Order: sequence, then structure tokens, then C-alpha cells
Amino acid sequence: MNAAAAVATPEFTAQVAVTAVERAILQSLERVMDPEIPVLSVVDLGIVRHVRETANDNIEVGVSPTYSGCPATEVIRVSIARALRSAGYPQARIVEVLSPPWSSDWITQAGREKLRRYGIAPPVSQSSVACPRCGSIETQRVSEFGSTPCKAHYQCVSCAEPFDYFKCI
Amino acid sequence: MSSAHFRYLLRLGDTSLIVGQRLGEWVGHGPALEEDLGLANLSLDLIGQARLLLTYAGELEGKGCDEDQLAYLRDGVDFCNVALAEQPNGDFACTVVRQLLIDAWQLELYEQLQHSSDRRLAAIAAKALKETQYHFRYSASWTVRLGDGTTESHGRVQSALDDLWRFTAELFTADDVDQEMAARGIGPQLDALRPKWLARIDAVLEEATLKRPADAPYPWHGKSGRHTEHLGYLLAEMQFLQRAYPGAQW
Repeated sequence: MNAAAAVATPEFTAQVAVTAVERAILQSLERVMDPEIPVLSVVDLGIVRHVRETANDNIEVGVSPTYSGCPATEVIRVSIARALRSAGYPQARIVEVLSPPWSSDWITQAGREKLRRYGIAPPVSQSSVACPRCGSIETQRVSEFGSTPCKAHYQCVSCAEPFDYFKCI
Repeated sequence: MSSAHFRYLLRLGDTSLIVGQRLGEWVGHGPALEEDLGLANLSLDLIGQARLLLTYAGELEGKGCDEDQLAYLRDGVDFCNVALAEQPNGDFACTVVRQLLIDAWQLELYEQLQHSSDRRLAAIAAKALKETQYHFRYSASWTVRLGDGTTESHGRVQSALDDLWRFTAELFTADDVDQEMAARGIGPQLDALRPKWLARIDAVLEEATLKRPADAPYPWHGKSGRHTEHLGYLLAEMQFLQRAYPGAQW
């Protein structure tokens, strides 16, 4: 997916927020963390789709859900609304963007590194998932479904570490 | 607003909701921790999809009903899910087979619906399709593992298949609502989905060394509100809180 590949780059971030005000708002959203993966911001996760100044000095923020039934979706929405209020934009409107559907490809490079350091293997397109602890690719999948909808359960064969893998979607 | 459009969204939403509720019944009872989590994950996706569909249905109806009111305050006859979705969990084999039949159907359905002339429905379908691919991998791999497993597991999964196959005709039998949706480019021709669905199912059954049962002579009509006796019990549990304490919120 072209759009997918583009999001992780600075060029695409420039499309998410164009004007100085929009960029400032996007920056304030970099401090809104995912409740299940508290090292990852909503911007790292790639779910902030646009920050737009609209007519009458209003602000619209487009947010995509990760999985349809992810229980964190509601909490994230509330956290973003709170961040917008404290950034001085109480009038900002949050809209849900379903299309194109969010993809794990949209997690930023910085986000992937944060995941790995947190002990969650970031999504990879190839079949070998590297252990976030020792880096070995001798790993095996225990279950395609883990503790949250976005994760699978893996174990490292080399160091025996059980770990979460952020699934590709 | 056309009432066919509203009913069509209700059917899609109710089917996901009811099968999601069924899978949720496994929480804490799964045969292993991994399967307990797996079924709960599927359930969450399906209820999330139902939420998107029912929210849209409620807005289209224009009577001020949100997804919760639609889910918790309608009676059995007003539910439009396919009868297959409400069938009891039975043993793990039974749940796996019900899921296989529904996952394969939803794959074909969402594949088409992502090109729907209804842009909002198309967006929901494109999102649901990605999740359904995970669901199908889960149900297909378990069907193979159980079917090509021990005599006991093979027997159980074959018997579940023999029991549930009669509910599949409804998935591909179009009524007035389906026909109007197909004519308007909102939904696909249901009967046209069957060959691909069947090919998908046959491939799994062959690997699982299972035999496809004979087709039933007539379809069920869950989507028109004519349900099996099982739906009422499911609703009694699902709706209890809102019925007993109307408007209660977390």
C-alpha cells in the first residue's frame, strides 16, 4: 500500500498537519499515549490521520481505530480530547476515519523502536519475528491471538523469552 | 431512507453481534488459555464490527436509536441475524465449525461490500475484511487440526458439520431486501458468493479429511426474524442488564 509506506516518513507527517497551528497540535498529540502500550503515542501508532484548521477557527482531528473492537479506542478518544483542551483547543472536533482502514504499516520508525525496547516485537512483513530481548530470529508463534487484539503470543527459541508480537494488519 | 437499506445494515450488524456474543460465552471456559484468548479476540472484533454497522443503521433509521439501544432493547423477532449465528456453542468442535462457515461467508461478503456504492458501508467492510482474514485462519486451522486429529476429534467435528450445514442455505438465499440492495449496488448478489465460499470450505474440509454434508432442501429465515429457539436464551443473557436497569451506563 503506497499510503501505508508514506505515513511512516516525515513527508507524510507533513501532510497530516500542514499549517503551523496544525503542526503544534500534532506535536501536543505526541504526548497522548496508547493506554495498553504506554510507550507508544497515538502519533507513533499512525492513527492520527489529519489535523485540520476549518472555518471559524475550528480544528478537526481525524482518528482511525486500530481493530474494530479494540477496547482502547474509547479511552484514546477521551485522552485526545483532553490533550486538545489543555493545548487550548476546547472547540476541536474529533472525527472517526475508517477509510482507508488503519494498517500496522503506519506505525512510525520511532514507534517500532519504542515497541522493541518495551519488549514487544514490532510488525514485520517477512515470516521471521525477531526476539525483542536477544534479537534472535529463532522464534515460534504460541498463538496468533494475544493479550490484546493487536498482538500475537510468541516465544524465543534461543533465550526462551515469551513475548508479544504486534500483528500485521 | 429506504427501509430495505436499514434492514440490510441490521442483518449484517446483528449477525456479527450475535456470533460475537456466542464467542464471548467461551471466556473463562476455553479448552486452553490460548484458545480462550483467541475466541475472546474474535468476539471483540465481531462486536466492534457490529457496533459500526448498528450505529450506522440507527442513524439511517433516524429515530434516534444508537447501537446500544438497537442491541439491548429489541426483541427476538426484530433481530435479523442469520440463524447460523445464534446456534449454541456446543463443544469446541461445534464452535469451530460454526465459525468456519461464517468466517468464509463474511470473507466473500466483505470482499464484495468493500466496493459497495454505499461509501460508509464500503469503509466498514474494508476494515472488517482484514480482521476476518485472521478469523478464517483461526477457524480453518482448528478444523484441520480436529478433523485430521484423533478418532474422537474427527467424529465431533464431522458431527458438528452435519448438524450445522442446514443453516448455510440462508447465507446465499436472497429475499426482497437482498435483491433491492443488489439492484442498487449496495450489496452483492448472494447466490453468486456461493461458488467461492464452497471452494474455500471444500479446500479446508479436504485437508481436514471431513465429508461435506448434503444440502438442505430449504433455507432458514433468521434475517426475516424467524429464529430457532436458541436466540431467546442468548438475548435474555445479553440484554438482562439494560432490561432490568434501563439506561444503566459504565
